[in-house]
Amino acid sequence: MEKSATDLLTSPGVSSLFKSLKLKTKQQELLIRVTILFLVYVLAFITRLFSVLRYESMIHEFDPYFNYRVTQFLTEKGFYEFWNWFDSESWYPLGRIIGGTLYPGLMVTAALIYWTIRFLRFSVHIREVCVLTAPFFASNTTLVAYFFGKELWDTGAGLVAAVLIAICPGYISRSVAGSYDNEGVAIFALLLTFYLFVKAVNTGSLAWALASAFGYFYMVSAWGGYVFIINLIPLYVMVLLIVGRYSMRLYVAYNCTYILGMLLAMQIRFVGFQHVQSGEHMAAMGVFFLMQVFYFLDWVKHSLNDPKLFHTFLRITVTCAVGLGAIALGVGTASGYISPWTGRFYSLLDPTYAKDHIPIIASVSEHQPTAWSSFMFDFHILLLLFPAGLYFCFKRLSDATIFIVMYGLTSMYFAGVMVRLILVATPAVCLISAIAVSATIKNLTQLVRAKSKASHSASGKGTTSSKASSKGSLDQSLPFQRNGAIALLLGAFYLLSRYAIHCTWVTSEAYSSPSIVLAARGAHGNRVIFDDYREAYFWLRQNTPPDAKVMSWWDYGYQITAMGNRTVIVDNNTWNNTHIATVGRAMSSYEDEAYEIMRSLDVDYVLVVFGGVTGYSSDDINKFLWMVRIGGGVFPVIKEPDYLVNGEYRVDKGAAPKMLNCLMYKLSYYRFGELTTEYGKPPGYDRARGVEIGNKDIKLEYLEEAFTTSNWIVRIYKVKPPNNRW
Amino acid sequence: MREIRFDLLLLFIAFYVLLAPVLSDLVISKLDRRVDLSSQMVRTTTSLKVENNGVGTVSEILLPFPDHQAKDLAFLMVTISEGKGKIKGVSGSLPIRVVKPEETPPALSWYLVSLPKELGKGESISLDVKAVFTHILRPFPEKITQADIQLLAFQDSAYYLSPYAVKVQTLTVKLPEPKVESYTKLENTKVSGSEIKYGPYENLPSFSYTPIVVHFVNNKPFAVARELVREIEISHWGNVQVTESYNIHHAGALITGEFSRLDYQARPHVRGASAFRNLVAKLPPRAHSVYYRDEIGNISTSNLWGDSAKTLLEIEPRYPMFGGWRTSFTIGYGLPLQDFLFQSEGKRYLNISFGCPMDEVVIEKLVVKIVLPEGSKDISVSVPFPVNQLEETKFSHLDMVGRPVIVLEKSNVVPEHNQYFQVYYKFNSLSLLWEPLMLISGFFFLFVTCIVYMHADLTISKSSASYMAKLQWDEVQTAIQQFQNIMNRCMTVHDKIEASLRDLSRTGDVQACKAARKAADSLLKELSKELKPLLSFLQSSPQAVQILPKVEELVAKEKELQEKLMLKHSTVVDCYEKKLGGRETENRVASVQQKITLLRQEAEDLFEIIDEI
Repeated sequence: MEKSATDLLTSPGVSSLFKSLKLKTKQQELLIRVTILFLVYVLAFITRLFSVLRYESMIHEFDPYFNYRVTQFLTEKGFYEFWNWFDSESWYPLGRIIGGTLYPGLMVTAALIYWTIRFLRFSVHIREVCVLTAPFFASNTTLVAYFFGKELWDTGAGLVAAVLIAICPGYISRSVAGSYDNEGVAIFALLLTFYLFVKAVNTGSLAWALASAFGYFYMVSAWGGYVFIINLIPLYVMVLLIVGRYSMRLYVAYNCTYILGMLLAMQIRFVGFQHVQSGEHMAAMGVFFLMQVFYFLDWVKHSLNDPKLFHTFLRITVTCAVGLGAIALGVGTASGYISPWTGRFYSLLDPTYAKDHIPIIASVSEHQPTAWSSFMFDFHILLLLFPAGLYFCFKRLSDATIFIVMYGLTSMYFAGVMVRLILVATPAVCLISAIAVSATIKNLTQLVRAKSKASHSASGKGTTSSKASSKGSLDQSLPFQRNGAIALLLGAFYLLSRYAIHCTWVTSEAYSSPSIVLAARGAHGNRVIFDDYREAYFWLRQNTPPDAKVMSWWDYGYQITAMGNRTVIVDNNTWNNTHIATVGRAMSSYEDEAYEIMRSLDVDYVLVVFGGVTGYSSDDINKFLWMVRIGGGVFPVIKEPDYLVNGEYRVDKGAAPKMLNCLMYKLSYYRFGELTTEYGKPPGYDRARGVEIGNKDIKLEYLEEAFTTSNWIVRIYKVKPPNNRW
Repeated sequence: MREIRFDLLLLFIAFYVLLAPVLSDLVISKLDRRVDLSSQMVRTTTSLKVENNGVGTVSEILLPFPDHQAKDLAFLMVTISEGKGKIKGVSGSLPIRVVKPEETPPALSWYLVSLPKELGKGESISLDVKAVFTHILRPFPEKITQADIQLLAFQDSAYYLSPYAVKVQTLTVKLPEPKVESYTKLENTKVSGSEIKYGPYENLPSFSYTPIVVHFVNNKPFAVARELVREIEISHWGNVQVTESYNIHHAGALITGEFSRLDYQARPHVRGASAFRNLVAKLPPRAHSVYYRDEIGNISTSNLWGDSAKTLLEIEPRYPMFGGWRTSFTIGYGLPLQDFLFQSEGKRYLNISFGCPMDEVVIEKLVVKIVLPEGSKDISVSVPFPVNQLEETKFSHLDMVGRPVIVLEKSNVVPEHNQYFQVYYKFNSLSLLWEPLMLISGFFFLFVTCIVYMHADLTISKSSASYMAKLQWDEVQTAIQQFQNIMNRCMTVHDKIEASLRDLSRTGDVQACKAARKAADSLLKELSKELKPLLSFLQSSPQAVQILPKVEELVAKEKELQEKLMLKHSTVVDCYEKKLGGRETENRVASVQQKITLLRQEAEDLFEIIDEI
C-alpha cells in the first residue's frame, strides 16, 4: 500500500489506473485473506512434523499408546465391541472396562478419518492416521481461531490469532505429530464451543446455540477438561447478569446450549449423569435456574408497570429463589445425590491440596505449579501482549470481549496452578494478544498512511504544492509522528519475527522428542539413539509367555500393554489408588516381603527403568520416593523417613539401610557395581545421580535377571517359582 | 526316545536286506559322499558312478533316504557330471519324482531319477546328487547357559544307503570348526582338521547301514523363519516394491538361566557365543528406499552397502538372539522396474528370485505374493520346483476392483531355492492413466461443487425477513458500487480538465483547451444524469440508511469541486486570453486552488469511508 502511494507521487497518470484497480480491493482483500489462512493452515500442520523428520512416524509418550491401542481395537473390531470392551490386560487381576472409563472422542475421530480415507481408496495404516490426527486438528484450530478473532474484534485480529496459535509452543507441546492424546482434538473442540457460544450470544440465534451444544458434546466426548467449559460459561453469564447485560440473545444462547449440551453429554458413558449429580456441574444448573428467574422478573416487570410493587416482588422472588437453590444443594449433598468435588478439582482451586492429600496427582510432573520460565518458554512475547490485549478489550467492551477477557483470566490462573493447563490458556492468550497486535498495527499503519496520503494530495496539486502541504498537515499534532509510527511498526515486526523464530526453535528442540526414543549427541557430534524402551518391550512381546504378568511402576503400564502386548498390574489410568500403592509397597519392601506381594499378584516379570549407565534422569530411582509415599499412604508399614537420611534422599554409601536393600534398589543396581560407567571413576558410578552406589554386592534370591537392554535403561527380572518344599 | 525308535528302524532294514530281491543289475562302481555341517543346514553332495551290469537297458535310478531324513529333505537335485573339470552339466538337473516301489524295506522314502538316455549294457554314467536337509542337527545338550558353547549331534550311516551294491565308497564330514566332542570310530576313520573321513570301504552289498554319530561345536546362527511372507508389488510407474515379513527364532540350544547384559557386553564372543546378533540380506543391485522395522516402529540398527553387483543390507535385531528367542521384523525395498520386468510375445513377465535374500536362514513356510497391477489378465506362473498356488485380491491406493495377487506357498525353503521364477500377464499401458484421471476428476468435481455451492441460493424460506434484508442489502451494495464507479469517472474527468490546463500552459492552444472543457462538461452532465436513479434508489431503500448521508455528502462535495474546477478553468483561460503573466494568474487562482485541494481531500476520505461500509 505504502509503495503504491509513493509511486503515485511520480506520475499522475498512474493514479487513474490505481483508481480503476481500487474497485477490486474487496476481492483483493478476500483473496489475500484466504491465501493467508490457507498458508497458516499448512504452516500449523508442517511445523508439527519435526518429530516425524527427526525420528519417525511413531506414537509418543505414555497415554497416546493407550489411545493408539484402543483405536486399533476400534478399527479392527467395530464400535459395539469397542463400547463393551473389557480389558483383562491391564489392572490384573481387576481388569478395566475400557468402553465405560474413557473419553471416546479422539479414538472415534481417528477411526472416522481412517474409514473415510479408506473409503476414498487410499490404503493408509491406522498408525499414520493416529500420528497425524493432532497436527490436523491443530490446523483446524487455526481456522476456528480466525473466526473467533473475527467475531471478537475484526478480520485482522482473526488472521493474527490464526498465525499466533498456529505456532504457539504452548499448544504445539501437546499437538506435535505422534502426540496422539485427547488434548489434540480437545483444544479444537474447546475453542469451537467457545466461538459458537459467543456467536450465539452475539446473534441470539438458535442455530448457533445448537451448534455450540454440539461443539460441547464433542468436547465432552474428547476430554475431561470440558468441566472448564461447563463452569466458565455459567460464570460468564453470571457476570453479564451482574453488569446488567442481560438480553434475550443471552437467554436463548445459554438455555439452548446448556440443556442440549447436557442431554448430549449424558450419552457419553464415562460422564453419565454427572451433569445433574456432581458438584462440579452444579454452577451451570444454578445459573440456568437464575436465567429463568430473570426472565420471569422481566416479564413481571413488563406487565406490572409499577416500580415500587416490582421492587417488593423482586426482593421476595430473589430471596425465595436463592433460598430454594441453597436448600436443594444442601439436601442433595447431604443425601449423597450430588457428589462432592473431586480431588483434581480441589487441587485446581487450591494448589497445595494435592501435595497434602493426593500424592498420586502430585507425583505427575505435569501437575506441578508452573514456573515463570515455562510461561516465558511457552508464550514468549504473548505474555507481554496479553495485558495489552486486555486493555484493548476493556476499551471496546462488548459481550464477546467480556467473554474472552474472562476466558483469558481464568485460564491464566489455572495455567499457573498446573503446568499442563498452559494448554487451555494458550488459545485465549493467542486471541487476546492477536487483538493487541492487530489493533496496534492498524493504528500505526493508519498514521503512516494518513501522512502519505496528505503528501500525495499535496503533490497532486501541481503548481502550489509547498503552501498546500503546510495547510494539509494541519492535523499533525505530534512531531515525528510518522517516523515514530514507522519505528514502532518495525519494532512490532521485529518482535513478531522473534516470536516465530522462538516457536520454531522450541518446536524442533524441545517438543518433538517422542520420549520413547532418546537421542543424545555423541563424542564426535553425531547423533546417538537410545532405543532401549522398544528393545525391552519388543523382547517382552516376543520372548515371554503370552499370559505373563508384568509389574512395573504405573508410568510404563500403557506402553507395556501397547508395545509389549503383556498384562500389567497397574497403568497410567490411575483409577485404583490401592492397587498402585500395593505395587509401590512391593517396590519399597525387602526382597522376601516383596516376593510375597508379587506372588499374591501373580507377577511373572518385574520391569524397572534405570538411568545410571546413560545418565537418564527420569528413571525409577528418582521416582522412588513417590512410590514410597503412595505406598505409605495406604500401607502405613512403609514409612518415608526409613528411606531418607536426615531428610535427604541418597543412594551412595551414606544411604539409609532400608533404601540399600529394598527391591527397587536391588533391581536397579543388580550387578551394576561391576560395571565401569565413566573413565576415571570407580565401578558402580551412577551417572544419573553422580555418585558411587552404596551397595555393590547385590544378590537376588527370588528373582533373576531376564533381560537388560543395551544401555541398561530397562531391566527386566523374572520372578522365580517358589522353591520345592523338600 | 527318538534314538531308540531309530535303532529299531535299522534293525528292520537289516532284516529286510537279507530278503530284499536284487532290484536291478545296476552297480555303483565309485561313490564319494561329502557331508557339509558348517551351517545349520546339512548339505550332502554324492558323486556316484553307475554301471549297468545287467542285460536290459535301464533308464531310471532309485535314490532312497531314511524317512527321518526324508521328512527334512528340503532340496534334492541330480545332475550329470561329465568327468572332472567341467562338473556342471549343460543339461541341468534331471527330473525326479517320489515313488513307492513294492517289496522294499519300510521307513524309506524313494526318489526316482529319470536318466536323459537309456543306459545300455556295460555302459556307465556319473551323477551328482545334491541334497539339503534342515532340522536334522540336534543340539545336545538341549539347554545351555549364556556362557556355554553350542554342541550339535549329527547322525547318519557310514555307508551309503542304496538298493544297489557299491564297490568303492568314501564319506567326508566337514565341520564348521576343528572342534569335535566325539565321533563314532570305525575302521578307516581319519580326522584331519575340521574334516572326518570314513572309508574307503569296498564291495558292500545293497542296503548296507552302519550308524555314526558326530558330536561337534557349531556356533553358527540357527536362524529359522517360522514364516516369511514376501510381497512383490509391481507398479508400472517404474518400481517393483518388495516387502518381506520375517518371523524368526533361534532354533539351536535353548538358553537357560540368567541373561546378563554385563557379561554379554564385556565378552560378547565368549558369553554369548551361541547367540547371533546380525543377519545379512543380499539384495539385488540398485535397490532403493530400504527400510527395516517391526510392529512397534523403526529399528535403527542396520547398515547398507551397495555396488553394481549387489546391495548388502546388514540388519541387527533389537536384541541378541539367544537359543529359543524370537523376533519378527519387516524389511522392504524398491527395485527398478526395467531390471525385472520384460516383454515377450505380447505378454509381460516378471523375472525375480523366489527365496529369501539371507543366506543363513531356513524358512519353514515361505509365502510369495505377487501383486500385479489392477486390470492384469491371462496370468500364468512358472516356478522351477513344485509350489502351492492360490489367488487373492488386494486393494491398494485408488483401486476399484482390486489387484490380482498370485500367492505361492512352499514349506522348508533353503538358499538353494533362490532361483528365478516368472509370472506372465497381460496389461494394457493405457490403464495406467486410469488412477491419475480418477484423482483429477475427483478434484474437478470438488471444485465444481464449491462453485455451485457459492452460486446457489440455499435459503429455505424465501419470504423470511432476514432473507429479504439480505437481498436488499445485496441490491444496495450493487448500487453503491455503481455509484462509486460513476464518482470515479467524475474524478477522471476532473483530472482531464486539470490536464487540459497544463496543456494550455505548455502549448498556449486556447481553442483546444476550450474544446476539452466542453467535452468534460457534457460528460459530467451525462454522469449526473446516470447518478439520479441510483440516488433515488438509495434514498428509498431502508438498508441504505447508514450509508446514505455519506453518499449524499460525497455527491455535494463532488458538485462543489466541479464548480470550483470550472471556475478555475475559466479564470485561467481568461487570464490566458488577456495575456496576463504567470504570477498574476496564479494569484487569481490561488484561493480557488486551495479550496479544490481541500475538497479533493474530503472527497477521497468519503470514498474510503464508503468503501469500508
